[in-house]
Amino acid sequence: MADFEVPELKETLEIPKYVDGAMAHSSPYIAKAEFQEDLGFPGELVENWQQVALDKMTDLRTRYRSFQVFLDICVKCGACTDKCHYYIGTSDPKNMPVARQDLLRKVYRRYFTFAGKYFPKLVGAVDLTKDVLDEWYSYYHQCSQCRRCSVFCPYGIDTAEISMAAREILDSVGVGQKYCNEILGKVFKIGNNLGLPQPALADTLEGLEEEVEDDTGVPVKFPLDQKGAEILLVTPSADFFAEPHVDGLIGYAKVFHEAGASWTMSSYASEAGNFGMFIGSYETMQRAALRIRKAAIDLGVKRIVFGECGHAWRVAYAFLNTLAGPFDFLDPRYPVPQHICEYTYDLIQQGKLKFDKSENDHMTLTFHDSCNVARATRMGDKPGGQLDIPRAVIKAVCNNYVDMPVDTIGESTFCCGGGGGLLTDDLMEIRVKGALPRMQALKTATDEGGVTHMAAICAICKSQFTKVIPYYGFTMDQIVSVHQLVSEAIILTGAPGDDEPDSDNEDSSDNE
Amino acid sequence: MSALSVSYAILFYLATAILVGGLFYKIRQYWRTPAPLKIATTPAPVTQTGVVLRMAREVVLFASLFKSNKWIWIFGWMFHVALLLILLRHFRYFVDNTSLIWFWVPLIQPFGKYAAFAMLAGLGGLWARRVLVDRVRYISSPSDHLILALLLSIAGSGLLMKFVSHTDIVAVKAFFSGLMTFSFQPLPNDPILLVHLGLVATLMIIFPVSKLLHAPGMFFSPTRNQIDNPREKRHLAPWAAELEAEKAK
Ligand code: SF4
Ligand code: SF4
Repeated sequence: MADFEVPELKETLEIPKYVDGAMAHSSPYIAKAEFQEDLGFPGELVENWQQVALDKMTDLRTRYRSFQVFLDICVKCGACTDKCHYYIGTSDPKNMPVARQDLLRKVYRRYFTFAGKYFPKLVGAVDLTKDVLDEWYSYYHQCSQCRRCSVFCPYGIDTAEISMAAREILDSVGVGQKYCNEILGKVFKIGNNLGLPQPALADTLEGLEEEVEDDTGVPVKFPLDQKGAEILLVTPSADFFAEPHVDGLIGYAKVFHEAGASWTMSSYASEAGNFGMFIGSYETMQRAALRIRKAAIDLGVKRIVFGECGHAWRVAYAFLNTLAGPFDFLDPRYPVPQHICEYTYDLIQQGKLKFDKSENDHMTLTFHDSCNVARATRMGDKPGGQLDIPRAVIKAVCNNYVDMPVDTIGESTFCCGGGGGLLTDDLMEIRVKGALPRMQALKTATDEGGVTHMAAICAICKSQFTKVIPYYGFTMDQIVSVHQLVSEAIILTGAPGDDEPDSDNEDSSDNE
Repeated sequence: MSALSVSYAILFYLATAILVGGLFYKIRQYWRTPAPLKIATTPAPVTQTGVVLRMAREVVLFASLFKSNKWIWIFGWMFHVALLLILLRHFRYFVDNTSLIWFWVPLIQPFGKYAAFAMLAGLGGLWARRVLVDRVRYISSPSDHLILALLLSIAGSGLLMKFVSHTDIVAVKAFFSGLMTFSFQPLPNDPILLVHLGLVATLMIIFPVSKLLHAPGMFFSPTRNQIDNPREKRHLAPWAAELEAEKAK
């Protein structure tokens, strides 16, 4: 099945002894010149790349406090060394968070610190050579920017910040990653990561309307570019067709339908994911984020709701207001933006949705906390809502729910292995190996709790899991969207067999 | 005054200048560098008070380290608490015993005295991990070992003076009081004392150019010191605002 060794699932998760260079061969394809240039980066490695890289490092050190502080204050305590799923899965010591940071730190020390300038050997400082640059390219694309290391570091040092900076430096000398930079090109040209143009999108949505009506007998709408709608839904483009994503989209549509909400999607901003974050570029991230602002203004909506997507939710929750705000033209009664889980949860709290939980009785669910949702965002007003609200939604629509071991969920959750711009076939080995800790936890939940399915709220997690889960002896269809579960259980007003004759959506809640 | 006393006087002036100047420079750098995005590691406090509490838990209890690794936590915490007690104990060399703020100095003495053993144990444990745990050995540079050696030697020489070969602490106090009031007094010519003081001066000098910067730096860590309120309050760095203004033109 694979031309590399797939790690074995044991009884418990083991921290391996390190094996030098175990993943040194892993490097993603390099972006072609045209995609680089579209984003304002040089097309290929520039001649004076050392100087350009060092200048960029200085630029970043003056613009990002995180970068400067994190480079200085690591004490090499080792607390993070066993926390990264890529280290656990590959045994490569450069995948230990601190060692990953050190790849950049040793160059920082050499050129910008007293100790490194005069006593390089003493502090492990090295010159910036082509080998070092190649090593950056390799190992900074073995980090999914999941922030697990940051939770466990006594100073909160977040290797994701270092990885983002490193990728920006790499882009600035002309060595960009094909996967991320091509996708960003598609967003700017067409509007979404998949490059689905407006007609194709309209077609797909129409198809979904037919499908749902055939299935339920209820005309649930999937509106696109509808001016004057109240809510703009921005969702990852994977939701438009791939399994199990699309079942989630159907779930959102049913929820909106039952709430009697007027909503729309936008073909101009038909992508929630923002790969600008992965490459660490504020400007690129902002450019993508501004499309959402423009769509909201053009369509005249009052609220923005995001679909199930992890990194997207980070950019949306934590950065959107900064990058594309202020959103004072939207309804101030709602946070901007909202997560679809918050939206559904509120309706459940208000008793506006009705469910037949037995529809999901053939499954025992567990929930995978997506790394960026768990450690970089919030839902609701209380800290930790991002962990509680999705679970509350699942429990409202399913009878059987079991959590995975506590040190693998919540803020300690393990990344799926495909986040941060690694969701590409040329990085299959690191993706499969990086999934090990999550797979181990799923196995425990399967063996001890009888779990049959794992729900997720992230397009990357879902795509990654459906692809790598077979390597570990599970099957693709064990991965479900949270709103797919909602979709299965929700009772649509006016559906045949529904004993309430009431056909007015807005009133459905009064019958409870 | 002997040449020795003069050179130690100069050494301590120099070390103090480097420590204070260096820290001032680094803290100003951290202070002035903006954090353009909200990157608190969540779940994070949603109020300023919450952030102060979170930071206090980190600084006083090493909360994240506790979650992370109990061995590093126990050794690291023991070392830092002992170091604090010992530093407080050393105030007796700098505070005039007729002054108003003297009252607590005698109270701390017994704690500080035995804390040195805890400090040795903590440092020993940390060093053992650095050598014995393959992952920690991998990430260690020579400087990481040397700093441990330096701290251990400082603790060891101090302990020797306390329990084995006493030095004339009245004269030591006179020397340091003299440094502070510019009325110079001789330093006892006692080899252990000279080693102890030399190492302490070295520690002060390397402080602002080494990983010891974690002490001031951790207060500036955006993942720990930010309030989790990006939706409620727009966060904008000065350079980002400039970027925006340029675009609006
Ligand atoms: S836990 Fe933090 S301080 Fe310790 S080695 Fe890792 S990054 Fe450095
Ligand atoms: S951010 Fe995640 S992937 Fe990157 S080093 Fe830290 S734990 Fe590993």
